[in-house]
Amino acid sequence: MGSVVSCFRRLCVEEKKKEEERLLRANDRQFNLSYHYVNNAIRTSKYNIFTFLPLNLFEQFRRLANAYFLFLFFLQLIPQVSSLSWYTTAVPLVLVLSITAVKDATDDINRHKSDNQVNNRKVEVLIDGELRKEKWMNVQVGDIIRLENNQFVTADLLLLSSSEPLNLVYVETAELDGETNLKVKQALTVTGEMGDNIDELAAFDGEVRCEPPNNRLDKFKGTLTLKEQTYALDNDKVLLRGCTLRNTEWCFGLVIFGGPDTKLMQNSGKTTFKRTSIDHLMNVLVLCIFGFLAFMCSVMAIGNAIWEAREGSVFLAFLPYEAGVNATLSSFLSFWSYIIVLNTVVPISLYVSVEIIRLGNSFFIDWDRKMYYPKNDTPAQARTTTLNEELGQIKYIFSDKTGTLTQNIMTFNKCSINGQAYGDLYDFSGQRVEITEKTQKVDFSRNPLADPKFVFHDHSLQETMKEGNPEAEAFFRLLALCHTVMSEEKKEGELYYQAQSPDEGALVTAARNFGFVFRSRTPETITVMEMGRQVVYELVAVLDFNNVRKRMSVIVRSPQGKITLFCKGADTIIYERLHPSCDKLKKVTTGHLNEYAGDGLRTLVLAYKNLDEGYLEEWRQRHHEASTAMEGREERLDQLYEEIEKDMVLLGASAVEDKLQDGVPQTIEQLAKADIKIWVLTGDKQETAENIGYSCNMLREEMKDIFIVAANTAEGVKEELQNARRKMCPEGAEEPVVMRSRAGLFWLKKTETVQDEKVDGEYGLVINGHSLAFGLEKDLELELLRTACMCQTVICCRVTPLQKAQVVELVKKYKQAITLAIGDGANDVSMIKAAHIGVGISGQEGMQAVLSSDFSFAQFRYLQRLLLVHGRWSYLRMCKFLCYFFYKNFTFTFVHFWYAFFCGFSAQTVYDEWFITLYNLVYTSLPVLGLSIFDQDVNDRWSFQYPQLYSPGQQNMYFSKRAFVRCMMHSCYSSLILFFIPWAAMHDTVRDDGKDIADYQSFALLAQTCLLIVVNMQLCLDTHYWTAINQFFVWGSLAAYFAITFTMYSNGMFLIFTSAFPFIGTARNSLNQPNVWLTIFLTTLLCILPVVAFRFIFIQLRPTINDKVRHKVGKEALPAPAPRRPARRISTRRSGYAFSHSQGYGDLVTSRKFLLKRPLKRQVLFTQTDSPLAQNKPQHYRTIREEVEESQSL
Amino acid sequence: MAKTKGKSGPLARRPDNSAFKQQRLPAWSPMLTANTVLPFFYLMALICLLLGVWLLLTVQSTQEMKLDYTEAGACSKCFEKRKNVSNAAQACSCTVVFSTEKAFKGDVFFYYGLRNFHQNLRRYMKSKDDGQMLGRRMNLKNPTSYCEPYARDPNGLPIAPCGAVANSIFNDSFILKYHGAGVAARRVPLLRTGITWYTDKNIKFRNPSTENQTLAEAFEGTTKPPYWRSPVYELDVRDPLNNGFINEDLIVWMREAAFPNFKKLYGVLDRAEEPFTSGLPAGSYSIDISYNFPVQYFRGRKEVVLTTLTWFGGQNHFLPIAYLITSGLIFLLAVVLTVVWWKFGKDGKNMEA
Repeated sequence: MGSVVSCFRRLCVEEKKKEEERLLRANDRQFNLSYHYVNNAIRTSKYNIFTFLPLNLFEQFRRLANAYFLFLFFLQLIPQVSSLSWYTTAVPLVLVLSITAVKDATDDINRHKSDNQVNNRKVEVLIDGELRKEKWMNVQVGDIIRLENNQFVTADLLLLSSSEPLNLVYVETAELDGETNLKVKQALTVTGEMGDNIDELAAFDGEVRCEPPNNRLDKFKGTLTLKEQTYALDNDKVLLRGCTLRNTEWCFGLVIFGGPDTKLMQNSGKTTFKRTSIDHLMNVLVLCIFGFLAFMCSVMAIGNAIWEAREGSVFLAFLPYEAGVNATLSSFLSFWSYIIVLNTVVPISLYVSVEIIRLGNSFFIDWDRKMYYPKNDTPAQARTTTLNEELGQIKYIFSDKTGTLTQNIMTFNKCSINGQAYGDLYDFSGQRVEITEKTQKVDFSRNPLADPKFVFHDHSLQETMKEGNPEAEAFFRLLALCHTVMSEEKKEGELYYQAQSPDEGALVTAARNFGFVFRSRTPETITVMEMGRQVVYELVAVLDFNNVRKRMSVIVRSPQGKITLFCKGADTIIYERLHPSCDKLKKVTTGHLNEYAGDGLRTLVLAYKNLDEGYLEEWRQRHHEASTAMEGREERLDQLYEEIEKDMVLLGASAVEDKLQDGVPQTIEQLAKADIKIWVLTGDKQETAENIGYSCNMLREEMKDIFIVAANTAEGVKEELQNARRKMCPEGAEEPVVMRSRAGLFWLKKTETVQDEKVDGEYGLVINGHSLAFGLEKDLELELLRTACMCQTVICCRVTPLQKAQVVELVKKYKQAITLAIGDGANDVSMIKAAHIGVGISGQEGMQAVLSSDFSFAQFRYLQRLLLVHGRWSYLRMCKFLCYFFYKNFTFTFVHFWYAFFCGFSAQTVYDEWFITLYNLVYTSLPVLGLSIFDQDVNDRWSFQYPQLYSPGQQNMYFSKRAFVRCMMHSCYSSLILFFIPWAAMHDTVRDDGKDIADYQSFALLAQTCLLIVVNMQLCLDTHYWTAINQFFVWGSLAAYFAITFTMYSNGMFLIFTSAFPFIGTARNSLNQPNVWLTIFLTTLLCILPVVAFRFIFIQLRPTINDKVRHKVGKEALPAPAPRRPARRISTRRSGYAFSHSQGYGDLVTSRKFLLKRPLKRQVLFTQTDSPLAQNKPQHYRTIREEVEESQSL
Repeated sequence: MAKTKGKSGPLARRPDNSAFKQQRLPAWSPMLTANTVLPFFYLMALICLLLGVWLLLTVQSTQEMKLDYTEAGACSKCFEKRKNVSNAAQACSCTVVFSTEKAFKGDVFFYYGLRNFHQNLRRYMKSKDDGQMLGRRMNLKNPTSYCEPYARDPNGLPIAPCGAVANSIFNDSFILKYHGAGVAARRVPLLRTGITWYTDKNIKFRNPSTENQTLAEAFEGTTKPPYWRSPVYELDVRDPLNNGFINEDLIVWMREAAFPNFKKLYGVLDRAEEPFTSGLPAGSYSIDISYNFPVQYFRGRKEVVLTTLTWFGGQNHFLPIAYLITSGLIFLLAVVLTVVWWKFGKDGKNMEA
């Protein structure tokens, strides 16, 4: 994160150097050109025909492995050194390079195509007083362009005027942030007046001064100077490229940023690459291998020096030195020659194969039907294809609540009106009846405007309404009036509500179905159908919601002239402001509220107050003053609100259910069984979070204790944390045990690891945002981490997005564990980016989380499949792959090493050069790919049955430095067998007709055949899941080996390419010898049987969980899946007020009146949100989105 | 990565329900269980035992005689002579004697062996020109640079055959004599052809096309390798068809040995005449050696080997013994595995998850 921030900062600095401020004048190309702003052509492609080859090669050779092989290639061109023909390196290198190049080229061609298509789109541009069709790429900064409905926005535009009233335009920003709902933009009145008058527009010469190009979609700062008047510009007046114009006949805009400067382009392509721990380990290992290679070559060089001194010098009669070479130089050359011969320890195809495997596993995730959500047609998606195996190593999950654990669909479930509770069904004996699918629903068909999707089961409320109960009517009138929902009525009677928070939508919909239909609003009025009768209320004021007030009110005047203040809000807040006469009702309602809270419902209390005209006038006056005041505006307004919202009359309470997603408790239980710790980080209130914690089985009644940390000072937090820790682990040391070690490339990275501590029993921890802020400070973070990690469940509430990321970072830093963050909203983005793996839920809250995530799917419950099945398999496959890959390459290489002792360290290879060339690429590549793409130890259902299977991944058991060393020892053994058995069998023997078989070529063939058969057998041993494809790959590769060998050793090949294929006849002459095959059989037995025995003994003595489950699979049929447990009811009472924790739509609803002051107010909000402690302020990330959303309500 | 397909409708993006995509391919999941592993080990032990015994019997039926003649008897004077390079051109011959107690039955093969001669050095192995040996005119006159420093003589004439391999050809020659009871020593007839791989003799090595020329004319413009006594077209004075690049001694030598100690076929007993029709009879033999090849430079040894063969090749005891030992090891392992399984895994308690 730190690096990202610094990187971003650096970028900003650079940009500032380039362009501090943008100044442009409408309709004045000459003037604008003097600043050299780029035009609207975009180029996302990286190459063109001429630059492709050099640039792409340059890119590719920046990878260490490729560069290394290029170096080898050049080394091979030196005749004194070259121990292998040039093609042994060149062929694989060219193949690897060309595969990558082809992939890059196709990608780039596609980019070119889309660039061309985009650049050649036509748009109407105002040039020389008339509209002309121009290609997008010819649009310049300062041009005025005309857009029509459903057109893409050409560039970043300043909206000048539009066809709609109030100069509004509607845009869809799906391409920009993935959100499909409409947003509203509004032009300045002064430009809006020009309308579509071409002459006026052509004469428009406003000067825009604004920020330089940047990538912040949510912010725009600038001024428009027109006729010496300066107008402030903000994000509401800017149309961004990538949006689509909707519901707007036409609009005119002034191009501010073109092409690459647009926020869309500035936002693309700057992704930070996440790498897996295995990647890091691989780099370290490759480095070690380099070291090892150098070591081996040094041994060879020393060996050569000794040999030359003792043997070589006397052999000079038969083989004189080349010119200028002596014994010392010869050993130096032999060092490099062995670098070439032994280079196969550094696997060139390793990286390519790893990519292929990950890609394959990503495809399996994309293809998984069990992670496909049919309701909104969303398959799971692996957006990053490089992180798969880490899915099998997750230790900590950080989850958002709203929209992730819950559906973020609110349903109006119950209400209490004037002391009478509705919503529950009782049977004759007075017992509460469980509501099921079959329970009869209330029929709303009498009401033509009712929402057909609304479901309510208690008929008595409908009866009450029919009777004309005044309190009930007031209750729903309040719900229909007191809100900031926007309505859209495309067809008569088809109402759509756009609500800022889903609970508001639920309440208004409830009112709608019970006969108080909110129909439409203007800044001054609200139109409601009251029991079929249209009533237009005058909207006097909106006293908007915020996190301090925790309530919202509207003041309306009915057609009869009655002025009423309607208020809804948190129980505690409203109760303080009720008229004493309501005390009795309060008591009854409190009872209901507690009941609702116990059910985990979100409750609101409703109250009203009648006002008289005189007071209101006077209040309005003061309100106006306050809202135009420059200083202390917020405080003064708050005071005014406080003043008017008192002595209210209680109406009742509403209860809205925040529905859990399907299968959340089961998933959490499974993940807990897999020893994954789940932390919930939510912006919700503590009570809500706790409730959800209980209902989704994270907090359990049987837990030993649930600690709640809610102190407001650093000392308090420390004490509470310490107390909790001491209680959980009394014998634990006061100071945390921190293991310091070094890791990473060159061991440069210092790591500090806090050890896990044993705790008996399960505990839970709930910590609120204030305390978390203290806890995250330097001196307390270890304490926090220690305590939190002892608990089974951690719930952090009232958390800002920044804190979410900080928590993730904290665990990442001190636990060296793999973390996963899952969320659905923009406020989860920081956390998703901070964690090793980010998962986005493509659900209700737009697409921002998905866009920055690595994996996405529609339902939280798919997480268990992603981790327990796909993740586990991916990890298993990757580890198997790496182990096997290193094994086969080391075995291959070590044989050369042993042979060196027989060939005077002269860098003579054991195998045929073609075999060396094709070994990794052809003979062994497909079988190992088959293994690492298809293998599964047990199938998915067993994986679910035994979540414990997941834990080896968390402990990094399958591939680590130790496993690597084990691999090396194994290959060492195999190579000893593979060299010395054929040597002993062959060195003094002849064919059955007395002719030569101990010659180099026959021996090479024998050695390579033995090697290939042994490594294939080893692969067979490693394969747990033999599909037809695996069989085909293994046997096919062996068959291919023999076919290719016979072809290459044939007469024809020799006669055509004499010097390249000197092994003519070797295969025919030695593979027909029984002793050759007996040798092959013996080496195979000696290589394979010890492995089998070793594994068998381990399975018997110390069976791993895998072995156990596999054993069970072999023995038993799969038990039937456990029946779904009914959702548990929470018996404990918990107060459950919750409301969306951000600013409402209020000021927008009445924006006509407050239009001019809005920017000012916003700025205040932004400066305050910088502190993570600003809990009660709208959160930074949320606000960004809401600001955009807010506008649509106009 | 979501693929857009031609489908439409509410489930347009639903992944296919194929066994492959859903990773449900029918598969065989073998497991290392006692039922499979233990019988397999015992079976392998048995197989190895049988193979070992069979091979041992086979190998025992062959006969082999090795004779290191580097400094043996009369040859020590030649050995001394060859120490001095200046005597290289002088001929030296010596005779070694030996006797066999048992007759060599069947085909008898005569090998010469070298010890500590590194035919497998990288530069040595490369120092030849396959194109030249294939009789290509181009290569004949322009040997590859790999042959350096034996590509051209000091006058610039191309050497044929070029390179260190050919230059260092083993040039001792042997005459095997049989001293039968009561008869004068008689020469044991050896077939000096048919000792190479068919592919080498017929495909890999060819003379330059002669077309009405003599072989000497075909090689005109080339010179002999510096260590050679006679040019390549006069290697076998008796058999004109065994000259040039297809001379079998040359071909045998050119098939470089994989290890520094090796033996190469010199001749096969010609069983056309008595008393050699059924092999070499027991008795005493002598070998007249024309001792040319110097080995003292590289501390090498020279030997001759007489052997009979079976389908399994020569007298190589390694494989039979290796099989017997392996059999024993596997059996031991199998017993250990059985014990372990009996003690820990039999009742399946260790497998309780």
